[in-house]
Order: sequence, then C-alpha cells, then structure tokens
Amino acid sequence: MLDRREWMKRAGMAALAAGFDARSALALDSVTLPFDNGERPLVKYPQKRPMIGLTSRPPQLETPFHIFNDGPITPNNAFFVRYHLAGVPLDIDPDTFTLEVKGKVDHPLKLSLREIRKLKSTEIVAVNQCSGNSRGFFSPRVAGGQLANGAMGNARWHGVPLKTVLDIAGVQQGSKQVTFNGMDGPVSDKTPDFVKALDLDHARDGDVMLAYGMNGEDLPVLNGFPLRLVVPGYYGTYWVKHLNEITVIDHEFDGFWMKTAYRIPDTPCACLEPGTAPKATIPINRFDIRSFITSVADGAKLKTGKIILKGIAFDGGKGIKEVAVSTDGGKSWTSAKLGRDFGKYSFREWHLPLKLAAGDHEVKVRATSNAGETQPDAPRWNPAGYMRNVVETVRVSVV
Amino acid sequence: MKQMLLSAIAIIPLVVAVHAAPISYKLPEETAAFKPGPNLDVVQNNCTGCHSADYIQTQPRSVKSKKDFWQAEVTKMIKTYGAPIDDGDVGKIVDYLAATY
Repeated sequence: MLDRREWMKRAGMAALAAGFDARSALALDSVTLPFDNGERPLVKYPQKRPMIGLTSRPPQLETPFHIFNDGPITPNNAFFVRYHLAGVPLDIDPDTFTLEVKGKVDHPLKLSLREIRKLKSTEIVAVNQCSGNSRGFFSPRVAGGQLANGAMGNARWHGVPLKTVLDIAGVQQGSKQVTFNGMDGPVSDKTPDFVKALDLDHARDGDVMLAYGMNGEDLPVLNGFPLRLVVPGYYGTYWVKHLNEITVIDHEFDGFWMKTAYRIPDTPCACLEPGTAPKATIPINRFDIRSFITSVADGAKLKTGKIILKGIAFDGGKGIKEVAVSTDGGKSWTSAKLGRDFGKYSFREWHLPLKLAAGDHEVKVRATSNAGETQPDAPRWNPAGYMRNVVETVRVSVV
Repeated sequence: MKQMLLSAIAIIPLVVAVHAAPISYKLPEETAAFKPGPNLDVVQNNCTGCHSADYIQTQPRSVKSKKDFWQAEVTKMIKTYGAPIDDGDVGKIVDYLAATY
C-alpha cells in the first residue's frame, strides 16, 4: 500500500498530467480576423481548446466566434483570457490560499478557500466581456488589443455574494468604495499593480460575487483560479482574477487602473467625433447592448431555401426585450423568437426562420432591452476602442 | 487487524486533501519574435522585459502617422507603466517600430 505522502504525490502528478502541462502546446494553425493585420495563431494552452492567440506574455486568448453558435453557455475551455501584467500566478495551492478583507472594517478577515466554500453559496449566469472586445473593427483604428468579437463569454458562476463577506467583516460608517486586488501583478515595481474599485452600494448589491465555480467546475487557472470577482453587467476589467485582497476605503480610489486607464468619454453615448480627444472622462462601467448572428458567417454562400438564422443578444442587466432581423440592409425588420431566459445578465439566444431569394443580402440584427436601449446603425467611436455595439451586419450570397 | 482498521480509517480524510492539490500551470513557450530592423537590439533590451513581441506585431498598420502612433505607445510605456527606458533610446525605438511595423 502506498503511504499517505506517496499517494498524494502521485495524485498530484496525475492532476498535472490530466491537463495542466503545456509542454506539448504548439501553434496549431492560424486564422485571419476580418480587419487589417488580423492574422493570428491558433494556440493550445492547458485547460483550453485551440484559441485565437492575441499575445503570449501575458497571455491573451480570444474565443473563436463559431463557438457562440453552440449554445448560450460558453465552455470553460473556450472562455477568453485577458491579462494586463506578466506576473501571472502559475503555482497556486488552494489549501494555503487566503482572501484578506481589510481596511475600514470592524473585523479584518483572512478566509481560506474552505471557509469561503462553507458560506451560503449562490449562482448567477452572467456575461463577461472585455471593454475592448471588437476593438479591431474601430475606424479610425486605435492602439490596444486588436480583438474581433470573441473577447466575451457567458458562464454559470458559483460562489458567495460579496455582500455576505463584507457583512461578516462589518463595513464601517463613512466607507465609500471597495478595492480588489489579485495575485497577478507587474514585472517591474514601477508598473502599477492591477487594482480595481467599486462603489460600496454596488459592492453590496447582492449580485456581485466571489466566484470559485464556473459551469460546474473550478475556475480554469487563466480565468482566475481559485477565486475571482464577478460583476454582472459590468465590463471584464472589474472581474478581478485570482482575487486575494479586498480593502474597504473611505474615499474614492485613485489607482492607475481606475483614475487613468479604462476611462470613457463623459458624453451620453460614451463616444466622440472620430479622431478627437474627450473633455472629461468617467470609469467604464455597464455593458451597452449587443446582438450577433452566430449561425452564418460574414461572406457565407447559402443555397436558396429555408434556413434558421440564430444568434445571441445581451445587455448590461435590464434583459433583452426584442431582437429584430433585417434582410434588406435595414429597411424592414422582423422580430426573432427569443430562446430560454437564463436571467438578465446572460446571453439570450434568438432564432428566426428565413427564406432568402437568390442574390446578395445584407442581414442585420438589432436588440432592444427592457429599458428601451437599442443599438446604433453606425459605429460609435472613442479613443480607447471600448464598448463597440453597432448593429452587426452579415453579408451572404444566395445561389 | 486492529492496526489495519485504524490505517484504513486514517485514509478517509486523505481523499479530501488530494482534491485540493497545488496547481502548477505551464504556459506554452513564447514563439513571437521582433522583426529584423534598425536598432533591433535596443528594442529587445527595452521592450521584452515586460511583454512579448506579439503586443507590437498585432497593432494596426493603417494609422495616419506611424511615427506618432508609436511615439504615443512608447511614451505610454514610460509614463504610465514605468518602463525604465533611457532618453537616448526612445528615438531609436520609435524609429524601429515606425519603420518595421
């Protein structure tokens, strides 16, 4: 019989062999995203299926778009990856991991993962989307991660409401914001560490979650194992990965990643005349509304006859009221049938039977939220390339 | 016999412990490299400490002024990310980037 230590060692090695070893990882092939300089390798990372490789250090992986046609939930092994700083935690011991809760609280905490898992848990289906999703389509082009539409995903998150932990710690009177720091960090001590902040009321709204589960499994390492913040309806920049430090403060946080980075123009559309600079900015916050056709790719050639057009829609948390499709370049619109409702923060599937005559067609999709928000016909522009949400168009030839 | 029974009992909590084995994740080897060009060595010395070369490779080429675009990027690296780049190297890096990408 193996002794205890040997048994654990072997089990640990088996876990490594089961999926965390990258030595066999190679660029498999390449894809060309539909904008200038859009050539990207398809890369294989541990715990991931082949993904579109944007950068390797730190890793940034985009989801191949066809995956969004497979269902409303994005599989863990296809979920996009975004880091800012190359100090990515690669050796993580869930037994010794602790989440620290400090600052303006009556009872500073150091919680182990086991203690967090013992708290009453909850689940929420929510989209995570990178602020710069679709940046590669901006015109004029802007600097930053040149992504197509695959820096988004929808998962069933499992964890503990942040409110629960803040209530145990006892937030003090006069507190204003809560900051979040993860185990990832910069290479140089001159580079600002990645720390984000939420207003206290938002942090305590019951939806913001400390998640350890994703689609029924542990979080993949590159999606924030063992614990990440989930901020439903908000851009991914707030969804701090490898979260191990929460600080309650009595002022507005002035760290680089809130005060300088991830800012949008303080205008009603968060947009500007292309090529101009904003007069005033605010931190990026809720998603604007988007919808996509997933069953037919741009440039597809179809045979005459009936097809079922399919896609997804989502917004910042009001929920999708209507999805409409146009096959005549936007002159007339037909309502699609909405799929199952997984909650107001989830992708909402839609479908519409269509019969297209022979010839070329511009097929467009436009969503409207329960609050009446809809998508613009022409793309909006801002200098950082955030929040693209134009009505998407797929050109098809029917023969 | 009694001893065997005791050791069997002792094994039970082991299963729980194994579930939380430490995770060691290995990133694939970096394959992106800077293109040949003027001052390549200066660029390699200054840029690769914090990020891979594909950060540059994937940036848009169709910008109004490549020089302005890359000057803004290098300035951002120094001013906001604290890249320790000597003043004398800044022009060389911008020239390389504008000429090569």
